[in-house]
Amino acid sequence: MLEWLSDNRAYVAAVVIIMLVAMFIGSIVIGRKQTALTAKDEVFGDPERTKGGWYWAVCGVSTLLLIWFYFSWGVGRAYFPQAANEMCQVAKLEEVISPIKAALPLGSRYYKSTLLVGRNDVQLTTLRNDFPANAFSAAEQAELKDLIVQIRSLIANSSNPTLLNQKTKDELVNLSGQIRALGDELRAGSRGLTPTAEALAQPKWGISLTEIPLLPTTSKGVLFDNVSAKAQDLTSFFRKVRNHVPVNERIIADVRERIKVLKATNEAGSFDEKTDVARKAYVKGVERIFRRLDDGNIFPAASLDGLNAAIADLDAAKDEARGSLRFVEAVFFPGQGVVKSRTQCTEQGSARWLPKPTDVVATFIQLANPDLENGGGYKGTTLLWWKWLPIADVVGFFFPDWVADVWPGEYARHSADGTITPNFKDKLLSFAQGEVYLGSIPMFEGHIWDSLFRVLVALGLGILLGVPLGLFMGVSKFFKSFFDPLIELYRPVPPLAWAPLILTIFGITDDGKIFLLFMVAFAIMVISARTGASGTQLTKIRASHSLGATDRQIMWNVIMPNAMPEILTGIRIAIGVCWGTLVAAEILAGTTGIGFIENIARTVSNYELIWVTILIMGILGLIFDLIMRWVIDRTIPWRGKG
Amino acid sequence: MADLICENLSMTFTNPQSGAAVEALKDINFTLKQGELLSILGPSGCGKTTLLNMIAGFLNPTGGLASLGGNVIEGPGVERGMVFQQGALFEWLPVSKNVDFGLRMKSTDAEESAKLVEKWLDIVGLQGFGDTPTYQLSGGMQQRVALARCLVNDPDVILMDEPLGALDALTREKMQSLVLELWKETGKTILLITHSVEEALLLGERLFVMAPRPGRIHKEYNLPFAERGLKESLRDIKQDAHFSEVREEILTMIWDMEEEIMGGA
Repeated sequence: MLEWLSDNRAYVAAVVIIMLVAMFIGSIVIGRKQTALTAKDEVFGDPERTKGGWYWAVCGVSTLLLIWFYFSWGVGRAYFPQAANEMCQVAKLEEVISPIKAALPLGSRYYKSTLLVGRNDVQLTTLRNDFPANAFSAAEQAELKDLIVQIRSLIANSSNPTLLNQKTKDELVNLSGQIRALGDELRAGSRGLTPTAEALAQPKWGISLTEIPLLPTTSKGVLFDNVSAKAQDLTSFFRKVRNHVPVNERIIADVRERIKVLKATNEAGSFDEKTDVARKAYVKGVERIFRRLDDGNIFPAASLDGLNAAIADLDAAKDEARGSLRFVEAVFFPGQGVVKSRTQCTEQGSARWLPKPTDVVATFIQLANPDLENGGGYKGTTLLWWKWLPIADVVGFFFPDWVADVWPGEYARHSADGTITPNFKDKLLSFAQGEVYLGSIPMFEGHIWDSLFRVLVALGLGILLGVPLGLFMGVSKFFKSFFDPLIELYRPVPPLAWAPLILTIFGITDDGKIFLLFMVAFAIMVISARTGASGTQLTKIRASHSLGATDRQIMWNVIMPNAMPEILTGIRIAIGVCWGTLVAAEILAGTTGIGFIENIARTVSNYELIWVTILIMGILGLIFDLIMRWVIDRTIPWRGKG
Repeated sequence: MADLICENLSMTFTNPQSGAAVEALKDINFTLKQGELLSILGPSGCGKTTLLNMIAGFLNPTGGLASLGGNVIEGPGVERGMVFQQGALFEWLPVSKNVDFGLRMKSTDAEESAKLVEKWLDIVGLQGFGDTPTYQLSGGMQQRVALARCLVNDPDVILMDEPLGALDALTREKMQSLVLELWKETGKTILLITHSVEEALLLGERLFVMAPRPGRIHKEYNLPFAERGLKESLRDIKQDAHFSEVREEILTMIWDMEEEIMGGA
């Protein structure tokens, strides 16, 4: 069942999206009706106006989900499940012809030749202007200036259409013709083309790790795939085309010879260091520009016009052949479409980092599967499951070994016949070390539980120790003044600033994280309990004194219940802060927990997993808060009604 | 007998910053016999509440002493019940738990305290409200709870600090009758502070008018209206010529004191 759903997630999404649209429209209709009904009775600014309104909640949630579906390409995949595969084939063609395009105004505004001419000209001008006159003799200066003139003539000759080599001319014309032929093939359409069985057997879009299936699965895709295969040859051919002008051959040989002479002079001559550096640098500069010009990469602009037009024609043919895909892509696939690079086609734009809702759910289900052998869980731990926990482990945790150590007597020693008879002290030790079987209890396990456990233990300790201390600080000068500096000094430090220190001391075990969270919860609980205690009305205290209550009774029966609203608010805040700190701590160090999963997902850029962890944290935080709200409503209904 | 005696009771507040001393009360002397109802009236700042707090044991006098039934007052105690202007109820407890608070602190037997609570709730007119949360009660009802909570402890003296000050006129009148009824039925000594001259006259078997700077008893009255209030309607008493006469006299007195303060300031 799950597998079928996972395999057909595009269809599941299609149904869900229709339902969401219906919910969106329906909730607006209901909302408008309800608003119209009560509009007359309500005054703007009345807090009562905000009560109820579930339909707007439905509207909000469905809007959010629809936006998510849209920008993650979930809508596109649901209704055009083949689109990405076709876009991938188009991207293949784009990838293949990109080297040709890059040399043309179509791809980079200028001809590559124009850019080369421009760059060389600027550098030659700079060279001539920055002539180190003192470093060279008069004859050498004349020689260098002539060399620059010669190099300029190389550029001029390459750019001159009349000097263009007939072979190069033919090659370019031939290339343009073949590119136009590709365009014609695209225009001829995909009739009669069928995808291969291998292509059809590929996993669907988004199911496997290679997001988009690479082989064409539609006839249109096959057409683009064929064309791009042919274009590959043309691109390889284009890379080899060179413009070697005959006139230049002689100039090149001459210049090379003259530069060699200059370099030899530089090596042989015993110039002073400064002159030597200046000479070598200058000759090197001249040679560098010359080197760029002897490989025939500059073509006359006119000679490339045909090629440019052919590529433009191919682009036009490509758009024609894409047909309806162009509109589908523009409407349903926001972003930069699909890009093919080396071995895979990837989604570009929002879809790249925003996984589709159905994929997130699928990843979550996979994580939540407690069957570790069959790909469930993450890194050898389930998300949330249960196990039998030996009671001895719990006892061993709470019952320290030193109790056995301080017990009177000695531990047993092996006897002469090589046997050991354990005495009571030995048994006590094995009990303390959790080695005695005492039965088992069911216990949660998994990443979520590990995170929860850390928060709950730290919070529990924080409440147990922080609330009494806070209450005493609220009523006693000694407690207030003694502990105030300590708490106020460590509290303002952001918990994450403590994290490196504490995690270094405690290592990656739970202790460090629990201690860190405890510090956070403790400070919050102390301060809220203290605020609550010091906010007790004096008349209440006096009344209870007159009713014969002792100090201890007043503490327990008046001050504490009176501080309850602040204490509960403190717990609510502490849960939130602890949760936030925990995730950060788990990212820093750990081998289990939600933050750990997210950290690993980050290192492998697994966006789906990152989003799953984010959603889990959001939902758990929401559950915490709902529980606290419920507790607050139940335990302090008098709040705000005093 | 549990008479309340104040001998040269004085209170001087010292400002901790400037060291300036203010005589809030100076040489207060009076004896309140068991079962008497004393109301105290005076302009603001004449030390009424200070006097009450000292008798309740919340403040230690700087001079003289107060004693109840021969025992010098050194701190709060159950024999001196307190009723505050705002109920000072424990809003986290329902009415019955508020009322039996004192009993629970003494670990009284649960059955017995349940009986007592029921009895007193009945007397103050709150039968059936035992489980109601106090924050759902009206101001008058809250004061009834406060009275019951105080009375259930069976104190010798009931100290009331403007107990009806925050109530509306109608509720106030009803509560005044209730106070008189309770006084009659229980025979408790009651010391009541009020801002309202009418209330002081109606409820005060004895009446002190206090004057400020230093706080002292300016004039003392013995009045018949409280006795009459047990039989007649309070509204009729207010129409009485004698009542009006005394009321005007006291009002003038307080008015003059206020004038003096303003003039001197």
